[in-house]
Amino acid sequence: MIRAKTLQDLFKRYRRPGDLVFAVAFLVFSLFLAINLGDQAKWSSGRLLAQPAFWPHLAVWMMVGFGVLHLIGSLVSPKLAGRWVEVAFWVRSLEFAGWFLGYVLLVPRLGYLPSTLVFMTVLAFRLGYRRPVLLVGSAGVGLCIVLIFKTFLQVKVPGGQIYELLPDALRSFMLTNF
Amino acid sequence: MEDFTSGLALLARWDVLAALLIGSVGGVVIGAIPGVGAAVAIAILLPATFSLDPLVGLTILLGIYGSSMYGGALPAILINTPGTAVNALTTYDGYPMTQRGEARRALALAYSASFFGGVFAILCLILLSPLLAMVAPHFGSREIFLAALLGIILVVLAHRGQVFAAGMLAGFGILLHTIGLEPVTYTRRFTFDQTWLAGGVDLIVVVLGLFALSQAFLLLADKDTTPHPQPVKGSMFGGMKELWGYRRVASVASGFGVLMGMIPGVGEFTAQFLSYTYAQKTSKTPEAFGEGSPEGLIASEAANNAVPGAAMIPLLALGIPGEALTAMMLSVFYVHNVIPGPQLFQKQMDFVYALYAAMLILNVIVIVFLLFSTNILTKVIQIPTRFLGLIILTLSFVGVYSLRNSVVDCAIASAFGILGLILKRLNLPLVPIILGMVLGGIMEAKLRTSMVRVKTPLDFVDRPIAALLVLMILMVIGLHIRTLIKEHRDRIAEMDHDHDIHTSQQG
Repeated sequence: MIRAKTLQDLFKRYRRPGDLVFAVAFLVFSLFLAINLGDQAKWSSGRLLAQPAFWPHLAVWMMVGFGVLHLIGSLVSPKLAGRWVEVAFWVRSLEFAGWFLGYVLLVPRLGYLPSTLVFMTVLAFRLGYRRPVLLVGSAGVGLCIVLIFKTFLQVKVPGGQIYELLPDALRSFMLTNF
Repeated sequence: MEDFTSGLALLARWDVLAALLIGSVGGVVIGAIPGVGAAVAIAILLPATFSLDPLVGLTILLGIYGSSMYGGALPAILINTPGTAVNALTTYDGYPMTQRGEARRALALAYSASFFGGVFAILCLILLSPLLAMVAPHFGSREIFLAALLGIILVVLAHRGQVFAAGMLAGFGILLHTIGLEPVTYTRRFTFDQTWLAGGVDLIVVVLGLFALSQAFLLLADKDTTPHPQPVKGSMFGGMKELWGYRRVASVASGFGVLMGMIPGVGEFTAQFLSYTYAQKTSKTPEAFGEGSPEGLIASEAANNAVPGAAMIPLLALGIPGEALTAMMLSVFYVHNVIPGPQLFQKQMDFVYALYAAMLILNVIVIVFLLFSTNILTKVIQIPTRFLGLIILTLSFVGVYSLRNSVVDCAIASAFGILGLILKRLNLPLVPIILGMVLGGIMEAKLRTSMVRVKTPLDFVDRPIAALLVLMILMVIGLHIRTLIKEHRDRIAEMDHDHDIHTSQQG
């Protein structure tokens, strides 16, 4: 392993495969915002620096300006192998964003505790954990999370619609604690 | 002195002391697990602390912030994987010591150096506080605007080799702050007639997405691995005695930590690197650096632990966070209507001292905890990485959803999670987005206020502190250009650089 030699050296960041794809996507997004600037951040009369449109304009032109320079940097640098493998990794991670949103939609219906137990066990199975100790362990971790945050710290997570089917005393207990 | 004693009295409550214990021990454990880190933990816990008393909430977060680096040294030394990003330099000398059978000595030195750095920084701050209380009121809107501008410029320029990327991401952060209904003239900005955008993008949603969800996605989508550190034999008590022999390096490293921590946008990496370079240049055995030099280990650990205390200075005295973690803490202050800035030092000095005393106590708790529990921690860090991702994902839900019970917030956080994952994979910095968002808000508000009195551009610098800040901004830009020219002249080939250390510079 070769060591960093200077202070500047330490802060240098290096390109990785996929850098060009990100640079293009970021610039396209910045240009889209720049095209919409006139409509979405309108100038009015008054001093330039105190206008509400000043900061959105500054921000978008910073994004466009630096984005162009970043893209030029990527274009003139030697091509790195593995660009599309990297993009495939980004796309693969979308699956877990989907799992997260599924969990978000499940909680108001099934309730925080049951949703967490189901989510953690099923996702642990999907991740390749097959040993019962890990599957039960993941449900156990889920239970601990609910006990700490909902039962003890009382964070704002609504009760599930399914709790309405429970007898009065149990329903109120579940709504307050789980 | 009176403020200091009443500050101590504020801490003498069971809930504050419990928060101190939970925060400091929790921080060590979180820091010791590679792939979590203080940023992820603080992001997840932020909304939960909103319902707590401000001192209790801040104590927990400060505990995690201040103690995670202690824990991060453990995997850095034992398995060559830094627990938190700032422990990267610790692997240089810590791991070679483990390889030659000196793991116990390396850990004892790292803990002692961390303790020295942490306590040194807090003592400096306690001594500096009266001075800060005198200077802070001279910061008006213009000065705070200029200090925030300096922070943005520094955070962009500090990302050497990726300045363009840092600049565009800082611009993106400033843009995120402007989205929604503008609070003074009620103009809509970048809402695209969508009601869900009218309320703006919440900082906590962005933070949770960029730091916590991105880390969960990263761990879940990647291959599963399990670290296996060897247990450490022997007592840890010899570290302090050995550290005394290296007190010069420890003191200078802590001094660098304090100085760099105070400057917004700079932080641990510069402090560590300056102190490491200093220690190597002044050492009798410079060739041992990188091969298991105790001095190198001490320089790295003392410097990074001195930063959290010092980073509280711009936050408390001016209301300007210098890096992502203090930016997150700023939201806790705002939620409780405690506005950091010159007023805080004038009117609530006891509260400031209470925070300093809490940091002092947490360092003591952490060192005692570590002296007895290192082998338990080596078992805790053996969590499979994908399982860890699953836990972070489930915890992130509490953070985002408990804010407003909003599915839209969760969707926005997921989008930022994917963006964070891409940035981490590309080794691009996340911090400019967060600082752009926070400092963008401060700059807009302060510039507008100061424009009332500014008629010509020269009015901006007619006060000494404002003039000094403008001079500093010009100097920073000038020095950057000079360094670029110098670097261009003595060009070092890209592949000659150490890539490993850069990959860990996230968060």
